Amino acid sequence: MAMRFDELIGAKPVFVNLGVRGFAESLRSAGFEVVHVDWSPPAGGDLEMSAILDELM
Amino acid sequence: MAKRLIVRRNRYFDSVFLMQVAHQLAGQPGIRDASAVMGTEANRKVLAELGYGAGALAAELSAAAPNDLVFALEGDEAAVQAVAADPDRWLSRSPQGAAPAGSAEEREPRSLEESLAMRPDATVAVISVPGQYAAREARAAITRGLSVFLFSSNVSVEDELALKRQAREKGLVVMGPDCGTAYLGGAGIGFANAVRRGPIGIVGSTGTGIQELASLVHQAGSGISHGIGTGSRDLSDAIGGISTMTAIDALDRDPGTKVVVLLSKPSGVETTERVMRRLAACGKPAVVCVLGARGAPAPAPGGRARYASTIDEAAVEALEAVGVKPPKSLLGNTVSMRAIAAAEVARMSPAQRYVRGVFAGGTFCYQTQAILSEAGLHLYSNSPLPGMRELDDPRVSHEHSMVDMGAEIFVEGRPHPMIDATLRKGRVAAEGRDPAVALLLLDFILGAISSSNPVGDLIDAISEAKAGAQARGGHLSVVASVCGTSDDAQGLEDQSRVLRDAGVLVFPSNAQAALFSREVALLLAGRKEKG
Repeated sequence: MAMRFDELIGAKPVFVNLGVRGFAESLRSAGFEVVHVDWSPPAGGDLEMSAILDELM
Repeated sequence: MAKRLIVRRNRYFDSVFLMQVAHQLAGQPGIRDASAVMGTEANRKVLAELGYGAGALAAELSAAAPNDLVFALEGDEAAVQAVAADPDRWLSRSPQGAAPAGSAEEREPRSLEESLAMRPDATVAVISVPGQYAAREARAAITRGLSVFLFSSNVSVEDELALKRQAREKGLVVMGPDCGTAYLGGAGIGFANAVRRGPIGIVGSTGTGIQELASLVHQAGSGISHGIGTGSRDLSDAIGGISTMTAIDALDRDPGTKVVVLLSKPSGVETTERVMRRLAACGKPAVVCVLGARGAPAPAPGGRARYASTIDEAAVEALEAVGVKPPKSLLGNTVSMRAIAAAEVARMSPAQRYVRGVFAGGTFCYQTQAILSEAGLHLYSNSPLPGMRELDDPRVSHEHSMVDMGAEIFVEGRPHPMIDATLRKGRVAAEGRDPAVALLLLDFILGAISSSNPVGDLIDAISEAKAGAQARGGHLSVVASVCGTSDDAQGLEDQSRVLRDAGVLVFPSNAQAALFSREVALLLAGRKEKG
């Protein structure tokens, strides 16, 4: 949700987490809403291919 | 004894999770050593050094791609075979067991886009994917209106600038890259300690600096409104302080913030000037702490802004600004410090001449150098303060040395020393064997994501180092500070007690531990001159 940063710090943040799962777990255990993304490198790790896909999308 | 590689194609897991998996595997009967890593070039190099690049294993190792998971196992034939028969068993969500069927974890989205379809109200993306993919994910998050906490390192200056400009246009912020810690609305992100909410707002380019300041403020009975990490390069003239300015603006407007503390290292001249002007115009008291700077930045912060040269001083200024009396523990006691230092030095042998710092927190390594060099001491470091000398080999200390174990060379292919103490433990042991070492200075960092027992990870090595010095007829002074609070899972008091029981001198902060180490170094220098 688009929310300016100066408004964001006055609200309860809601997180999406890409990468280290532990970050999501510690936020969740502190009572915050988090969606953890089961992330894997785009296009099987091929950066050139992922750049081409980004262009296409 | 058998050595074996198991490669799982196109299976990505983060390095913290994989370290837990490796620990579980290494604990199995018959397994002597186990690694679980992604097949990046750096990791393949480490595995080759461990002997997995020779003979029949060489081809298997070189065929592993960055997106492949690699298990490397050494142990009894039967034990290795047992793991190899079902390697995926070890990859269940939690290292302790599989994710329960039908749990939320099974429905995890596979991309940022999917996650936002599930939670369209998300406002912050926490990104810690490998550096080469991080800018791409951050760009996607900003495009969708999210502010970003970017833990990943190895993001180029060009990408950082482009991301921050894009974020600024939308009124968003990019905390990072290489951002270790933030506190937003009571949420600790990344390496964060359990601290109370309160009136003190922090903007910082140093992750462990934010952790230390927040912990000291908490211990003094006050708290943090927000702690906004900016990434270590934000105040360089190349980036121009984009995130710092957004953060100051936000804290200036935030009714919950009564004082704004800026914590940084020396940075770009033009950017520093602009930030100082902004802070002087702040509607609230401000505290500026530039670690390692010789005196206040030019121009000095004007208006209601005050200057501090250590994290402790920043905490004192911030507490006073919100009407909280700083505790005595924060003010230090130079007289008793000198007396203890003299007693320590009196027990040392003439061969013991140098102080060595072995740090998990880069900011602590930096602050310690600033404090010791202020007294004219010359130091070596793998990340030297301007004017200090660089170690020829970061793996070998020389004279007075301050080593940042979180530096690139030590974390390539393995988690940060705050999580995985293996290399730091080896370094503590190596310093302990050196008869020229008089004092060993350590930091222990508690909080989320950090090791579950940071002191326990090193305590045997510390005790052995002390025993070794004693056997040589001397005395090794081991000095430490513990960054964290009693609300952290590891427990500030518990961790400190274990250190004290082992004869370690525990100080309330890194700055005070460094001040004590400086007293010892000066006494050692005086003794040398007299001798």
